[in-house]
Amino acid sequence: MGGIPSSYIVNRLITLVLTVWIAATLIWIIPRLSPVDPAEVMLGRMAAGGAFVEGSDLILEQLRERFGLNEPLWVQYLLYLRSIITFDFGLSAASFPTPVSSLIAQALPWTIGLMLLSVIITFIIGNALGAFMVWERTPRVWKVVIPSLMIFTAIPPILSGLLLMYVFAVQLRALPLTGAYGLTVEPGWTMEFALSVVEHGTLPALSIILVTFGFWTLGMRGLMITVQGEDYVNLAKAKGLKPRYILYKYMVRNAILPQVTAFALKIGLLVSGQILVERIFSYNGMGKLLYDAILDQDFAVIQGVSFIIILMTAISVFIVDLIYPLIDPRIRQATERTA
Amino acid sequence: MADTTQSSTQAGQPQATQSQLVPTTDSEAAGVVDTSTASGRFNRFDNPWLNPKLIWGMGILIFIVLMGLLGQWIWNTELVFTGSTPLRLPPLGFENLRGTPGVSEFPLGTDGAGRDLLALLIVGTPNTLMIGAIASLIGMSTGIFLGFTAGFVGGRVDDVIRILSDVMITIPPLLILVVFQSAFGDVSLIMMAVLIAGFMWQSPTRLIRAQVLSMRESGYVKMAQLSGASTMHIMFREMMPNLIPYLFGSFIANVTTAIVTAVGMEVLGLGPQRVPTLGRVIYDAINSGALIQNLWWWWGLPTALLAIMFIALLLVNLGLDEVSNPRLRKM
Repeated sequence: MGGIPSSYIVNRLITLVLTVWIAATLIWIIPRLSPVDPAEVMLGRMAAGGAFVEGSDLILEQLRERFGLNEPLWVQYLLYLRSIITFDFGLSAASFPTPVSSLIAQALPWTIGLMLLSVIITFIIGNALGAFMVWERTPRVWKVVIPSLMIFTAIPPILSGLLLMYVFAVQLRALPLTGAYGLTVEPGWTMEFALSVVEHGTLPALSIILVTFGFWTLGMRGLMITVQGEDYVNLAKAKGLKPRYILYKYMVRNAILPQVTAFALKIGLLVSGQILVERIFSYNGMGKLLYDAILDQDFAVIQGVSFIIILMTAISVFIVDLIYPLIDPRIRQATERTA
Repeated sequence: MADTTQSSTQAGQPQATQSQLVPTTDSEAAGVVDTSTASGRFNRFDNPWLNPKLIWGMGILIFIVLMGLLGQWIWNTELVFTGSTPLRLPPLGFENLRGTPGVSEFPLGTDGAGRDLLALLIVGTPNTLMIGAIASLIGMSTGIFLGFTAGFVGGRVDDVIRILSDVMITIPPLLILVVFQSAFGDVSLIMMAVLIAGFMWQSPTRLIRAQVLSMRESGYVKMAQLSGASTMHIMFREMMPNLIPYLFGSFIANVTTAIVTAVGMEVLGLGPQRVPTLGRVIYDAINSGALIQNLWWWWGLPTALLAIMFIALLLVNLGLDEVSNPRLRKM
């Protein structure tokens, strides 16, 4: 990784491992504290739903294996850690012989795709608006328009999602209501499928973008105000540099750095927000998988999905932490000096 | 370029440390206050606390709370039970798809299970707000305690608290809560709030720790130390007043996060099952296909109320930002 000192990477790596370990442990401990036996609850539900549960002994067996085996607790814990590292979450109870990991493998690309798209768009729009809010050469109209857009920031993506669904899918019938692609198209690398995916992805992505860009705008605004008063900006102006050049190379370049760290803090909330958006749009991602699992009381899937999403979050934070010193030379130098 | 700003301040956080009570000449509030009764620093003509955003936000919040409290006296809250009203009546002045007009008995319409929406909102709103407030209060108290401890004690304790808050801030609360709920089944409102609080202490801890570390070196704290003040005195009498705008800001931000998390749980069909909450109403509406059936009032009213609530919280937060960072007030 170029000039990043290894002590910094090791430090971040420890945080990553610790995060994943604590999350995995929580997921393991919580069902054990519960007075209810999840296996019993699950089978009870299934029996109530469909009188005779095919292969219920098998299911009970595999559930018991996950929740309360005859082994001592610490052995169970170690076995659990081993299985979770290898992404073996057992078998789904709702769609019985299917391994949880293959269900997740189907859902994950949708979630990651939607998230990357909306996060990148949000970051660019948000920071640009924040910078323009402070820049003295921004047209007056924008200085009124941008702050009023901030109202959307307050609303969580599920609510904006519902509104967009109602306006664009129910009233205008311009975009599809639910799903990740049309029922009539065959998944594959065809133009038709790609168009269908874009069409179905627009509303979920829009509902996330609409309500999250403001976070970056507000942060950027605060940082730009700080940067604006700095001597080097005044010097650049005195030198007669082009205002646009000063904005990009002097102000934004400096103000954007803390925004990247703020990003790391925000990922967790973004992920939760997206899970819910996927649920209301029945988008074929992790959110829908999780919601269906909650309905079916499919604990193995809930456990697996939760773990994978937390893992994903922790890895994204780790990546952001690694990118940060690359774009901010000061961090690199500071850590080199102390190391 | 390299020697520009010394420390990279966290985005979204106000940058000024002790200047929030320093009089400024550019306050928007100038002229609003009656200067004749001026006594003490809070009644000056340029009192930064009389910020329009702050006042509007607080006003809306107080109105919503009052609506919940007084509504229970005025309106019949028995109507939140299933089957107590005709089904799918539109709000007064509208017609539903079958052409039935709304009636004044149920001014905001009824849902698909025969519950009055006005009653649902009156009972659900305080519940939703309460989850936010309790979770945030517990989180804040823990955060204040841990932040001060980390900043003051330092050493190993600081390391542990810092790493733990770094780790816990990464884990999305929603997922752990989902695991918890699916293992435990039904939870009460209070239990839900306590669970959410488990994820609300990290940001106040980090915030206060950073502030304490920077304040510890400032002149007035050194002065207090030299004059023999106790640690408690320095923490709560000297430093705490300077932190108040931050604490408020952090509290409000946490209330928002807690409510968002709670509503998220409810929309997933978890959360308290027996008490009406705004998220629960939305969940029922989505599940009954209210969107497609054009029963807009069913999902729309709780959504709008939540949106207004979040906007009010945002206004309060922006106002507090301006209180603590005079540079923002020029905008």
